[in-house]
Amino acid sequence: MAKRIDVSDLNIYYGNFRAVQDVNVSIEPRTITALIGPSGCGKSTFLRSLNRMHEVIPRARVEGKVVMDGQDLYAADSDPVQVRRQIGMVFQRPNPFPTMSISDNVAAGVRLNSKRMKKSDLDDLVERSLRGANLWDEVKDRLGRPGAGLSGGQQQRLCIARAIAVEPDVLLMDEPCSALDPISTLAIEDLMNELKERFTIVIVTHNMQQAARVSEYTGFFNLNGVGQPGRLIEFNPTEKIFSNPEQKATEDYISGRFG
Amino acid sequence: MSTPTRTPEAAAASAPLRTGRRPLPRWFTAAVFGALTVIAVVLGRVTDLDVVALVLLVAVVGTIVVVSVTRAVEDGRKATDQFVTFLVYGAFLLAMVPLVSLVSTVLSKGLARLDGEFFNSSMVGIVGPGGGAYHAIIGTLIITAITALLSVPIGLMTAIYLVEYGRGRLKQAITFFVDVMTGIPSIVAGLFAYALFVIFFGPGVRMGFAGAIALSVLMIPVVVRSSEEVLKLVPNELREASYALGVPKWRTIVKVVVPTAIAGLGTAVTLAIARVIGETAPLLVTVGITNATNTDPFNGRMATLPVYAYYQLTQPGVPPQYGIDRAWTAALILIVIVLVLNLIARLISRFFAPKTGR
Repeated sequence: MAKRIDVSDLNIYYGNFRAVQDVNVSIEPRTITALIGPSGCGKSTFLRSLNRMHEVIPRARVEGKVVMDGQDLYAADSDPVQVRRQIGMVFQRPNPFPTMSISDNVAAGVRLNSKRMKKSDLDDLVERSLRGANLWDEVKDRLGRPGAGLSGGQQQRLCIARAIAVEPDVLLMDEPCSALDPISTLAIEDLMNELKERFTIVIVTHNMQQAARVSEYTGFFNLNGVGQPGRLIEFNPTEKIFSNPEQKATEDYISGRFG
Repeated sequence: MSTPTRTPEAAAASAPLRTGRRPLPRWFTAAVFGALTVIAVVLGRVTDLDVVALVLLVAVVGTIVVVSVTRAVEDGRKATDQFVTFLVYGAFLLAMVPLVSLVSTVLSKGLARLDGEFFNSSMVGIVGPGGGAYHAIIGTLIITAITALLSVPIGLMTAIYLVEYGRGRLKQAITFFVDVMTGIPSIVAGLFAYALFVIFFGPGVRMGFAGAIALSVLMIPVVVRSSEEVLKLVPNELREASYALGVPKWRTIVKVVVPTAIAGLGTAVTLAIARVIGETAPLLVTVGITNATNTDPFNGRMATLPVYAYYQLTQPGVPPQYGIDRAWTAALILIVIVLVLNLIARLISRFFAPKTGR
């Protein structure tokens, strides 16, 4: 199921402001790719452009190509809704639907798209997804309770379960652990390691240890100054980035000698 | 030695934590006002000062006494605090006076005719005692129901457009005109609806539906404004979560945004209904009044509670007392309906609010 993504000459704009400039990168299937860099350098913007969530913001637009296994996501006849069904996303702050129960939250992707599904199939899907997100044992007795009643870490895993329930090919994670404590973070990192067998994962993180722990490839974003667009400075295997980076800026950022 | 040490002089220079003065006992304020009230009651018996003057006397003298004693015993800051507290309480009590007075007046005068006959009979063939507002209650319910049926979908969809889709000039224009509509005097709405129906049915037309149109002109902007505010409160994260699952925008609105905001939307609609149910002027122009029960909003005059109250008060017949009593009772029923609608709004927001379930 996992697919590779090739990005070429990608420029991302908010109105007239160019936020990200000339990104060229290939994201390998069945790997975890981490994106690191200082705040405001366009990592999240880049991530959101991979499943066309960027254009949800008024006046935001994208130039360039994002190709997933031969399909151009930004082709004129490409439907953003179909793109997002294949490329799921987990956000920084856990955002379960407050009106829905735990199981409804997991089934939301299917339910909201009003696919007809037998009750037993739906229950299977909920259990499979919750097991996939390592949450099943904690919530199996209270599937009918509201999703907003879980703890922050559980809510985030619920959101991951919700994202993988629609069987995407790629999973994008935008700082999924930044609102969580170390134990919940560990749970989610373990989960990512299991999920990469089935999905291509791209994760934005501010935590360099996390990037070093979980990812195979790391991309370092940086910007030259305030008001300048962000650029992908270096993209290499994680080991190389953290031991022997090609660029001086990468080394400075990773070793904490920055700015 | 570079570390600063606390010398005795420095400690003495900063303000002492203990003032050495004991604060006034807690019951002091209550005692002052209690004593003043007793004096005022006695004064009221002895002299012929009226109630307003006595209440003012208690408030002003009590405030002066408590504030100056506080200043003397405690300090200036506490006295200022006390003074402002009294100001705030005073403003609140002043604002409550009209409300309490209104409710008590309507209750005392309206209870006289709050009997079974009032709810059971219309005004057909009634001269003098008896009679009721059955026809007016039915008329108000029918016209308000039609108004709600017209206004709620239009208002809600406008609000959804403004929050979810609207951009640029068109959004600004709609917002501007909704604001203008909010300020339209109700008689103007009535004249508009009347003029509109005259085009089709000729001069002198009266029908319930025309009244519903007039009330809709007043209700739509209220629904738009309040539901717009409610929809804006739905966190953007929920919309993004839904989009990221590959859910189309319209389905996100129907299945995520509106259900999340349903409590607020219910409240907004109920309060908007409460706002128009007591309108008199537009109905006076468009619907008129009748003595008989008319349940057909497309044919002829209908009675409504506010207009009924108006006519019972202005043309009470001879002797006038019976008509005036009926007017007060109609007003009481209107107030009760509005009160019930407000209660319903509260219940809606309580029962439909998203639950955390901890």
